[in-house]
Amino acid sequence: MIPRTAKAAAGRRILEAFRAAGAVEVAPDILLPADTLLDLYGEDIRARAYLTTDPIRGEVVLRPDFTVPVVRMHMAGGAEPARYCYLGEVFRKQDHGDTRPDHPRDNEYLQAGFELFSRDPDADAEVFALFHATLAPCRLAATMGDMQLLLDAVAGLPLSEPRRAMLAHHIWRPRRFERLLERFSAPETPRRFAINGAPWTGLRTEAEMLSRIARLEAAAEGPPLPPEWRVRLHRLFSVAGPAPAALDELRVLADHLPAIAPAVERLAARLAALSARGIDPAQVRFDASHGRQTMEYYDGMTFSFTAEGRVGWPPVASGGRYDALTRVLGAGAAIPAVGGIIRPGLVAELEGAEC
Amino acid sequence: MLKLGLPSKGRLMEQSFEWFCARGIRLSRAGSDREYAARAEGIDGLSLVLLSAGEIPRELAAGRIQLGVTGTDLVREKLAGWRSDVVELAPMGFGHADLVLAVPSCWRDCEGLDDFAAIARDFRAAHGFRLRIATKYHRLVRAFLSEHEVADYQLVDSQGATEGTVANLTAEAIADITSSGETLRANHLKILPDALIHASQATLLANRSAAATAPMQALLAHLGLAQPH
Repeated sequence: MIPRTAKAAAGRRILEAFRAAGAVEVAPDILLPADTLLDLYGEDIRARAYLTTDPIRGEVVLRPDFTVPVVRMHMAGGAEPARYCYLGEVFRKQDHGDTRPDHPRDNEYLQAGFELFSRDPDADAEVFALFHATLAPCRLAATMGDMQLLLDAVAGLPLSEPRRAMLAHHIWRPRRFERLLERFSAPETPRRFAINGAPWTGLRTEAEMLSRIARLEAAAEGPPLPPEWRVRLHRLFSVAGPAPAALDELRVLADHLPAIAPAVERLAARLAALSARGIDPAQVRFDASHGRQTMEYYDGMTFSFTAEGRVGWPPVASGGRYDALTRVLGAGAAIPAVGGIIRPGLVAELEGAEC
Repeated sequence: MLKLGLPSKGRLMEQSFEWFCARGIRLSRAGSDREYAARAEGIDGLSLVLLSAGEIPRELAAGRIQLGVTGTDLVREKLAGWRSDVVELAPMGFGHADLVLAVPSCWRDCEGLDDFAAIARDFRAAHGFRLRIATKYHRLVRAFLSEHEVADYQLVDSQGATEGTVANLTAEAIADITSSGETLRANHLKILPDALIHASQATLLANRSAAATAPMQALLAHLGLAQPH
């Protein structure tokens, strides 16, 4: 067992490194308003948040994550560019299903984070390199992904707009995504819905239902996706390996999936920028599907640093780009943003072991 | 002395009495049927306590009773990591109830979980909040929907009269226990055929650490049940 004080000390060292990189320390509340924030998370975080009620503030949530409150604070009047860092606890319920594991995951743990709000295209490389340098003594495995590649690939499919939107919506739910893709790849068979005499009940309106029925009965969702597109999409999802090799593969793929070309070139520029900062891109693993297992608010680069051989451990550090989140929280205003967190508790455990 | 906890009321208690009687153990209430004391005859070293069915999982996990009868739905819902604390000894063949997902019958376009997922997404876009599912089985429903990759919903707590929440506009769908579906139909709700969340029945359970003791083995032999593993 690593004492809490050792974890906090590791956290302060990381925070110091973030401050040295030009970040201003911020300290968001631990009790946050539930109604405005919770909806922005995917089901994973929402289901695990601790909710409670305040007689005046209404429903509040124990901070499940820092990014959303930091973005909200920045969008309420931060100057640009801005670099923020923070250190504090997050709280997430850990429901392990039918059998309790021998080493249950913590439901309360420290996060040390860095968030960069900047229009500089070099921002991705700056954040990745900062995490890489801060974690260098721990000898972790670095993995990078890019949600923009996947989202652009979906946006570029020759499908009707509603169908593309539905695929993009479910990109974090692989089996549902796959079923939809399969359905959209076949000629649409009109569905018939039996009339019943049931009285209308509930908040969903009859008009909402009738418009969906009209669409499905008329098979009006558009022509099927030619089979080669599904194959190309699968090839894209399975691109994984040392970053330079993955980049070569993506460039070849971009000839057939032209929509991903700009994102592929941005990846190339990012890898070159890492090189310029002394990081060998061949030591970074690129996994095109990496972002599908992370937070749903990431829409560009994603990354994680994992301790190999530590079975059952979550990533020691993770992060990514979340431009769309700033638009949602900025009421129209938006700024490109990228950031990540390190778990000082895991760093302290690794330090206790060997590094 | 082994303590057996049985539901204190109604059919579930009577059927449990019959189940044990058929296996040579006579259970009965002491005194009037308003008294919660009870006795066991036909075997030594077994005492009987009558409890609310909903409390039996907790009492079993804590080891305050070594044996208990309750629905598998309650065990799974109320005990996180239930397999670490209790063992299922035998399904008892009564108290059948299904935990189902039900939507308004007027939703002609909702024939299964895929339709439900699509409707949830449309609903969220049209109304600005996630489609609400009223239930008291939060853990089971969440695990099921997560397993089936349904998003765009939220659970709202309902501890009773759950079938009424849709007409009261406090939920769009419900997840609740049903045996005949009668109450659902009366409230103009229909069951989604591919969304059976859990099929429950009355089950004899043991506390995990008590399951290996000699008195328990003797009792299981008497009941003609296999040793748990």
